[in-house]
Amino acid sequence: MTLGGNRLFGPLDPAADAGYEAPPPRVGFFTDTSICIGCKACEVACKEWNGVPGDGLDLLGMSYDNTGALGADTWRHVAFIEQSRPVEQPATGGAGAPAGLPADLRWLMMSDICKHCTHAACLDVCPTGSLFRTEFGTVVVQEDICNGCGYCIPACPYGVIDQRKADGRAWKCTMCYDRLKVGLEPACSKACPTDSIQFGTLDELRERAGRRVEQLERAGVTSARLYGDDPNDGVGGDGAFFLLLDEPEVYGLPPDPVVTTRDLPAMWRRAAGAAVTLTVAAVAAFAGSRR
Amino acid sequence: MVPQAEFRSYYGQPVIKKPVWKWDIPAYFLTGGLMAGSSLLAAGADLTGNRRLCRASRFAAAANLAASTWFLVHDLGRPERFYNMLRVVRPTSPMNVGSWLLAAYGPPAALAAASEAAGVSPRTGRAAGLAAAVLAPMVASYTAVLTSDTAVPAWHDAYPHLPFVFVGSAGASAGGLAMALVPPAQASPARRLAVLGAGLELGADEHMGRTMGLTGEPYRQGTAGRLHRWARALTAGGAVMGATLARRSRLASAVAGLALVAGSACTRFSVFHAGAQSAGDPKYTVVPQRERVDAGDAVRATG
Ligand code: SF4
Ligand code: SF4
Repeated sequence: MTLGGNRLFGPLDPAADAGYEAPPPRVGFFTDTSICIGCKACEVACKEWNGVPGDGLDLLGMSYDNTGALGADTWRHVAFIEQSRPVEQPATGGAGAPAGLPADLRWLMMSDICKHCTHAACLDVCPTGSLFRTEFGTVVVQEDICNGCGYCIPACPYGVIDQRKADGRAWKCTMCYDRLKVGLEPACSKACPTDSIQFGTLDELRERAGRRVEQLERAGVTSARLYGDDPNDGVGGDGAFFLLLDEPEVYGLPPDPVVTTRDLPAMWRRAAGAAVTLTVAAVAAFAGSRR
Repeated sequence: MVPQAEFRSYYGQPVIKKPVWKWDIPAYFLTGGLMAGSSLLAAGADLTGNRRLCRASRFAAAANLAASTWFLVHDLGRPERFYNMLRVVRPTSPMNVGSWLLAAYGPPAALAAASEAAGVSPRTGRAAGLAAAVLAPMVASYTAVLTSDTAVPAWHDAYPHLPFVFVGSAGASAGGLAMALVPPAQASPARRLAVLGAGLELGADEHMGRTMGLTGEPYRQGTAGRLHRWARALTAGGAVMGATLARRSRLASAVAGLALVAGSACTRFSVFHAGAQSAGDPKYTVVPQRERVDAGDAVRATG
């Protein structure tokens, strides 16, 4: 394979790599889960703006999360976790545990979304070119081209994209491509009342996130860590990254995701070796046969 | 046994999505292997003057070509848009590369069978049959790349082994099909291909089971595990019978041949189910990644 440079793995400017000349700066989301209140305004705003079909009123019986997971009809998902461990109160202005509540109980809330990966496996494997890279560096499905082959679905290391059963095609967050085009911020971050979801250029968001972690650490919140911010990680960094208060898997996120196409050249080498082996076997099968 | 792994998760829910592919996809892998192996047998038989074997194998290749195309289109969420597969050239998509490969392989394979059926232009038939045979080995092996190029742990981690399992299965099944279609006297190359293919498949599978660790576990459990045991028994039994009784008895040849085809089917469906099982349990996604992180060995690009 003649895919040189970091085209399959490593830091990369995805819009420039996709062939845009002088693209606008890459945009994304920084979701600071330490200030999420679990109100689900983002889920609702996303559904409304994008006309995403309802997926039923289910009571899942596991927590205050009755949405469950990201999927074809859920492009924002607010995870909810209850833990028996003390809340780390920021020393600056934070009130103690409210009277009457156990001191060793904390709630984690986190609004999950498509990561708009630098190396997006969904896009890499899509055979039709339906999934494409926008000038903003985001990853979008073109619903008039998708033929529902389903390849993107098991390719995504985060379990984001899925098939809408009634219509056969694959769907996921577009980062409100239509709004970006006219200079508006996406519906979810616009609706977020606490600014847990922050939209902006990725470089600026990464700096802001770094400062926020330091601030929390100074205030005694030692569990704060960034997830998906590192351009050297297994997917080249996420366009939508997070500040978490526990291990990623607690929120249903993979601890160390890697874009599957990193290994594609090695896979093709093995397949070529196997093809040669089969050819040799076929020749051997006829060895000694007469004309 | 792999020890029970401790890990944390979000209410035990899977991290990645299960493939939405239906039974069409393993059926496509089976028929794709059958057509590829049959094209190789047809070309060899043509060049060595084995008319019976050439004729049967050309027809087998064309029939499996038709079936596999139907499976591929039928599995799509939007079958009427199947032609979008050839809308772009995308080297990073094994499904796109495979579509182009099939677009190149299909016409000569069909032409070789057509010249056989019409009994005309044996030279065109030979040229077409040889062209199909040149592409056939990649037709048999690319489906392993298609399977492995996903985030599904049991599939991705199997990438060094699956191509060999798949081409072995292709040789065993195509040899088996020809053994069922051609009298034993003309079927000796088919028997040899079947035995070599079965050996390759069983050997590669054995090696895979020994080296894969946690993410190899789904291949031995549940539906995948049951199919895997059947695959081994049918493939080994068919190969032994193919090397012995099938040399003289038409009935034994047919039984052995059909056992090999059935063994290949079990292999394909076992791999398919193993992937679904590994995607459905967060253990297989979280534990290996957590181990890397805890060992200070998280995947990072250097420089
Ligand atoms: S998170 Fe999944 S769906 Fe989103 S860009 Fe990355 S690979 Fe694609
Ligand atoms: S389902 Fe649609 S978007 Fe996904 S890989 Fe197939 S064609 Fe592309």
